[in-house]
Amino acid sequence: MSGSALLLQFLNGLAGASSLFLIAAGLSLIFGVSRIVNFAHGSLFMLGMYVCVWLAPKVGYWASVPLAAMLVALCGALIEVGLLRRIYKAPELLQLLATFALVLVIKDFALWAWGPEDLLGPRAPGLTGAVPIAGRQFPQYDLFLIAIGPAFFVLLHLLLTRTRFGILVRAATEDREMASALGVNQRGLFTAVFALGAALAGIGGALAIPREPANLEIDLAVVSDAFVVVVVGGMGSIPGAFLAALLIAEIKAFCIGLGYSELTLVAEFIVMAVVLIARPWGLLGRPIAELRGRDQADFRLAATKPMLAMLAVLALVPIATSGYALVLLTDVLVFVIFAVSLHLLLGPAGMVSFGHAAYFGLGAYGAGLLVLRYEAPMELALLAAPLLALTGAAVFGWLCVRLSGIYLAMLTLALAQIVWSVVYQWDSVTGGSNGLVGIWPAEWLASRPAYYFLALVVCALSVGALWRIVGSPFGQALRACRDSPLRSEAIGINVRAQQWAAFAIAGTFAGVAGSLYAFSKGSISPETLSVPRSVDALVMVLLGGVQTLVGPVLGAALFTWLEDSVSREVAYWRAGIGAVILLLVLALPYGIGGLLRKWSSR
Amino acid sequence: MVLSVERLSKAYGGVQAVRDVSFSVAAGEMVAIIGPNGAGKTTCFNMLNGQLSPDSGDIRLGGSSIAGVPPHRIWRLGVGRTFQVTATFGSMSVRENVQTALRSFYRENFSFGRAAGARYVEEADALLERVGMRDQGERACAVLAYGDLKRVELAVALANRPRLLLMDEPTAGMAPEERGALMQLVVDLARRERLAVLFTEHDMSMVFGYASRVIVLHQGEVIAEGLPEAIRNDARVREVYLGDA
Repeated sequence: MSGSALLLQFLNGLAGASSLFLIAAGLSLIFGVSRIVNFAHGSLFMLGMYVCVWLAPKVGYWASVPLAAMLVALCGALIEVGLLRRIYKAPELLQLLATFALVLVIKDFALWAWGPEDLLGPRAPGLTGAVPIAGRQFPQYDLFLIAIGPAFFVLLHLLLTRTRFGILVRAATEDREMASALGVNQRGLFTAVFALGAALAGIGGALAIPREPANLEIDLAVVSDAFVVVVVGGMGSIPGAFLAALLIAEIKAFCIGLGYSELTLVAEFIVMAVVLIARPWGLLGRPIAELRGRDQADFRLAATKPMLAMLAVLALVPIATSGYALVLLTDVLVFVIFAVSLHLLLGPAGMVSFGHAAYFGLGAYGAGLLVLRYEAPMELALLAAPLLALTGAAVFGWLCVRLSGIYLAMLTLALAQIVWSVVYQWDSVTGGSNGLVGIWPAEWLASRPAYYFLALVVCALSVGALWRIVGSPFGQALRACRDSPLRSEAIGINVRAQQWAAFAIAGTFAGVAGSLYAFSKGSISPETLSVPRSVDALVMVLLGGVQTLVGPVLGAALFTWLEDSVSREVAYWRAGIGAVILLLVLALPYGIGGLLRKWSSR
Repeated sequence: MVLSVERLSKAYGGVQAVRDVSFSVAAGEMVAIIGPNGAGKTTCFNMLNGQLSPDSGDIRLGGSSIAGVPPHRIWRLGVGRTFQVTATFGSMSVRENVQTALRSFYRENFSFGRAAGARYVEEADALLERVGMRDQGERACAVLAYGDLKRVELAVALANRPRLLLMDEPTAGMAPEERGALMQLVVDLARRERLAVLFTEHDMSMVFGYASRVIVLHQGEVIAEGLPEAIRNDARVREVYLGDA
């Protein structure tokens, strides 16, 4: 690459960094004060884009930017007052889920308000030309963007160091209890910070409009990029966010400039891995005092007999029907395996995984690739595909067990997003966005009842195995690591090894579910391993209750049935699912299992 | 010597928390480390137990170096530990806490096939008996009084039949009348089983009543070491603690 091309790529990277910084700074700021990771931050960015495109024809582009920022800030304030304020003390997992519910609601709102098509906005008046730099043409607007990042960095820095508001924000970030003991008005402060963070996201979105159209897919892409930046830079650190945004954006720019855009994700992954191993709290971050939830005792509902009875009933279903009910039940069985495998991580291991669909998808794609590309017999593919999931879980798990709490959740999400992008982009192997078609079971399993029986057997064996693992010395040692890592290490338990093994086991069973899923559908697409699929699994486990293994079984069944009936009846079903999640978080934090226990102990 | 520490040092940023500390503990001996807050006692303990690795110096357990070895491996070499703020498994019963330590001792952390609950019940009860907690085995750890938690922790720390027991403020937070009983228990254990015990303590009546030897730390350095009587009368120690010259 010549010197001038290098320079241009470097400038491209700087332009990208500005927009990354705006979004990551808001996320970091909100986390610093409220300890909430705002999953919906990418959605606020998306709202900023749409509002800008909507207002620009009316008031002109430049006026639409601050207006978008203000509207999004207002929206942020409403979210804080209406929802987040109620869940500041809830476990992290519930907070993440609640903000994910917002992602669904905002997405459907944008769909309803602006339609499904990408919306192209205006170019920025006055900055539509290009300037010659080192003999090449460089867009004026990109130069403007390059200046915007540092400008906001300086403004934020001044705001945080020179104003009373900034001092309060920093005090609350350092020590929340102390700040409130000193009489800081927390309610107002939290609302203001959330609005500020939202405004930054809104500006980011509006400023992105001259470069790309407003679209409905941007929310998760942006928020997982922001997660990577914040994990690398350090939670709650604005300079960290700035540094990491530069680093990540430059890596992206150079990978693309060198013509290896496929390498971008791999490079991002490697940077993140190196940073996390060397500095687990990010480049400029500091360890966060873990906000531990109450110790909620695990319990085992005495459910062996009811479960066996249910199994017997399920085995008789094909006598009654071979219609759609059987298809739906097969789905239920697949998702029961998926949810129960996630439960191992969420429950006994106490590790929040927001990327469990990655292993489900690896199982599904493993099965598809084995039969389609290697012409393996279906039976072999069904057995071998989970090994791909095992490999993925082992590699990612090795990285993940170095972290805990919120960092762990964000890392699992970012890693899953990387897998998704690889599958989405690698056309020649995975079929890209079209996915793989024609993954059919062997002839003797091709009929609906036959495949249903296969799913039933695999599901019963998987649930039985996981039940056994949870109750085994391994499972109890895992639980010990969750309760007190300090004590566990001091009685000879290698906490990381224990958690790593749990990751691998959970990933393998998710792979089993994925491989079973692929053959039941006949085709798979990147959606199979997308973030919403991971969240589905979380909702299933929480709906059922995380304290007992019966919970996810019930949760998966109920959720699959609900989703099936809702998505067929209602146009905006995503918002519907979002509403169910919010209801769950606000009204039923211990799930159905918790209810059952309450009733049985009466 | 069960434990010998040679010229151990540790700094955080610019602060020298522990400087050139050397001492040793023999089997059957009960050694107290005392010193004002910030003297470096807990830092010392965390290096002995592997939570921290020293900047320089060596820690030898029965002749082999354990400096920088992770805690879970130090435990396998026969070191039990209780913490200043008790660390137990809050979602488990008292007996399950001890059973978990026993299963780890018998190297079952990666055993998948068996049901964990029925394993080593009698052995766990025997350990609880020794600390006077046998009748509370079924209770959830989360609901115990603090003094009882300390005793559970001791039972857990004894599960690997240690040759060295590290106790960081064993009686902190306990009712005064319980303190002596716990210390007497530890003294008996040390004598009967030739256990080496190293403990820190703020309650001076516990130190002078039960320690066989006392080491005094001040600003990260050992300023005195000897029998309790000698320490009580040491001018330097009086100066540090009482401010009189």
